[in-house]
Amino acid sequence: MTDSGTRGRAVGFDLGHRVAQVRQWLEEPAKDVATTGSPRRNMLRGAVARVTTPLLPDDYLHLVNPLWSARELRGQIVEVRPETADSATLVIKPGWGFRFDYRPGQYIGIGLLVDGRWHWRSYSLTSSPVVGARLITITVKAMPEGFLSSHIVGGVEPGTVVRLAAPQGNFALPEPLPDRMLFLTAGSGVTPIMSMLRTMDRRGRVPDIVHIHSAPTEDSAMFRGELAALADEHEGLRLHLQLTRSMGQFDLARLDELCPDWRERQVWACGPAGMLAAAEERWRAAGLEDHLHLERFAVDRTGQDGDGGTVTFARSGRSLEIDGATTLLEAGEKSGVQMPFGCRMGICQTCVVPLEAGAVRDLRNGKVHEEGSRIQTCISTAAGDCTLDL
Amino acid sequence: MAITDVGVYAHLTADDIESLRIELDGIRDDVERARGVRDARYVRRTIVGQRVLEVAARAAIVGARTRPGLYLGVLGLGVAKSIENMELGHNVSHGQWDWMNEPEIHSTTWEWDMACVSAQWKHYHNYLHHKYTNVLGMDDDIGFGIMRVSRDQPWRPIYLIQPVQNFLLALGFEWGIGLHDIKLGKLRGTEEERAHTRSQLRAFGRKIRRQVVKDYVLLPALSGSRWRSTLAANASANVLRNLWAYLVIFCGHFPDGAEKFHPDDIADETRGEWYLRQMLGTANFDAGPALAFMSGNLCYQIEHHLYPDLPSNRYAEIAERVRAVCDKYDLPYTTGPLAKQYLLTLRTIVKLSLPDRYLRDTADDAPETGSERRFTAPTVSTISPLTGRRRGLRTALRDLRSARRRTGRAAAGGGTAPAAAGGAVDPAYARTA
Ligand code: FES
Repeated sequence: MTDSGTRGRAVGFDLGHRVAQVRQWLEEPAKDVATTGSPRRNMLRGAVARVTTPLLPDDYLHLVNPLWSARELRGQIVEVRPETADSATLVIKPGWGFRFDYRPGQYIGIGLLVDGRWHWRSYSLTSSPVVGARLITITVKAMPEGFLSSHIVGGVEPGTVVRLAAPQGNFALPEPLPDRMLFLTAGSGVTPIMSMLRTMDRRGRVPDIVHIHSAPTEDSAMFRGELAALADEHEGLRLHLQLTRSMGQFDLARLDELCPDWRERQVWACGPAGMLAAAEERWRAAGLEDHLHLERFAVDRTGQDGDGGTVTFARSGRSLEIDGATTLLEAGEKSGVQMPFGCRMGICQTCVVPLEAGAVRDLRNGKVHEEGSRIQTCISTAAGDCTLDL
Repeated sequence: MAITDVGVYAHLTADDIESLRIELDGIRDDVERARGVRDARYVRRTIVGQRVLEVAARAAIVGARTRPGLYLGVLGLGVAKSIENMELGHNVSHGQWDWMNEPEIHSTTWEWDMACVSAQWKHYHNYLHHKYTNVLGMDDDIGFGIMRVSRDQPWRPIYLIQPVQNFLLALGFEWGIGLHDIKLGKLRGTEEERAHTRSQLRAFGRKIRRQVVKDYVLLPALSGSRWRSTLAANASANVLRNLWAYLVIFCGHFPDGAEKFHPDDIADETRGEWYLRQMLGTANFDAGPALAFMSGNLCYQIEHHLYPDLPSNRYAEIAERVRAVCDKYDLPYTTGPLAKQYLLTLRTIVKLSLPDRYLRDTADDAPETGSERRFTAPTVSTISPLTGRRRGLRTALRDLRSARRRTGRAAAGGGTAPAAAGGAVDPAYARTA
């Protein structure tokens, strides 16, 4: 009895081990798929990839439908809704692998094809993550020198395929909700807050919120109607719209008057750098920095003169200031980062790494590359501060 | 001895070389500025076309009811694999499409459908071969480590079987390429070298296992009772691709006129000299649009070496401008029909399998390798006051050839070639200094 029992277990173990091995073998070719779907789907993908190697089945499938690929997140624009004269909302249907459990307030990366080239930017999601909704929205305001934002607002066709980067960021609605909150926004800084407000509205639980939002005029205030309607509907939500052209900039000194209990509130602030700096100052002076949650928009630096800057190596946690004549490769080597390199003259592509943030300049032709590109460190220098994934 | 000073060989002064550089950089700038929708569409269509052709060819191989149908499938698969190899794999890995910022068509992520691991190939090819093009001892593509394609390489008895080796290399080209970056000798080197080589071998092993399992195990198995013909068809398609890739690569590097360089030449090399070395070290073959496409536009090998990372679909128009530059500086532009370029290559391979004593020319004045010592007249170009045209390297080479023809080969073979007398003959350029 005992004997056969042991043997049974051993065989069982062997079998389990075998199954695990087979499974691993099946999944292996697909293990680098950027966006992991369900494990079963990945097993199937890996199994098929045995006959499509070195490609994945996705590489054939997306020729039929561009959304049928999990190599990278993609989406399709299903609607473009003008919000104000210079802003528009894109309704996007994400493809395989997109996870809809983002947190309200987070942003996504979006890539659009313009003149044969993909351009990347990050925008806050304005939609709220509801179960079953297979759509997301972002709202974009055209910036004067913002090449991509003008392109989006100026006319992106529904049906356009875009690339997406998974939602991220810590500027998000906390769980559980604080009892009292203060939203401080200006211009397109309202976008992440919109997602938060819509989510709370859907859930039917809106705590005590004071929302101070600045915009130049009534017409240029994004979501003006919806914000007002929300404030009407929910007793706890009070909206103060500061129209800066007629009323002037919002002065934080007036906080006591508009929101006397601001010291007891958790604050989410999003807007231009100047406004955020002032807020930081104010809350620091009050000794309440930990109440303040900030979201900074990356500055669109492209097209400005490159004169060096601080290079940060994200993974090694090092950084170094360089002038506009030093290459990023030299910068990395100087600060002791393991830099991949080959020819050092821009022909072999060994030194190519992802540019996480900021912009760099190609020393050979002066062209600027923006974040989200992969760049050759041996012939590039910093055009302002930048961060490399190294 | 191979070229030790590319400027002297080219009959150009430092100022000439600098203005040559400016012109060649100008071509690059123009093309970079013009890159756009049209180019992106070209590469996307190529990818779609290649994948559709491959699927169709594989379907034909499994499903064909007739012999011709099967042969068509084999041919289709061979063509699809060739496109995948050269117009896509080779060119994408060179970063020719990196400007599109498309992660799926990018030098950092592309893996091709052949035995060699893309990353390893990029190391020796993009870096060593393209930076040190035709520099003896530095560019492993000279003879691919197993053949003698220049008199500068000392003869060894093993070279007697070189014509056979050449044939085998052609058949299994992907394996030769796959082993190229792996220096097995390093398995006895330092700890670091051993670890590196071992990890290379592991990656290579993984890659070939997948390739072999796909073409020679799984796909035949999936074709059921027709497994034998699928197996044979896949093998034939791979061989077809190997032969074609071999032909294209060899015709770009080993016909007469593709010069070799001495390592001394590249110490303190300027950008202009680098360009010059690329132009003189490579060779084109004549091709119309279809042949150009099938060769991955590597019929424009000269242009590819000048601008390895510019999109391949632009090489044809770049070629016209490079030719004009060559005319202006009176530089040779080595090209010819595919068959001729290959026969020249083959001639060199067969010839150099023999020991030196059977060879007539010297390493300074042979069809496949020359040096500045081959010129007895001063090696500076002059501008003719009559025509305003430059008389430089191309004219000098032409004069040399016709002089040879006049005096007859016998005389040249008699030991009067410039360097045959060893150090006794002063190279011409020394006298002009
Ligand atoms: S090191 Fe070769 S391209 Fe940068």
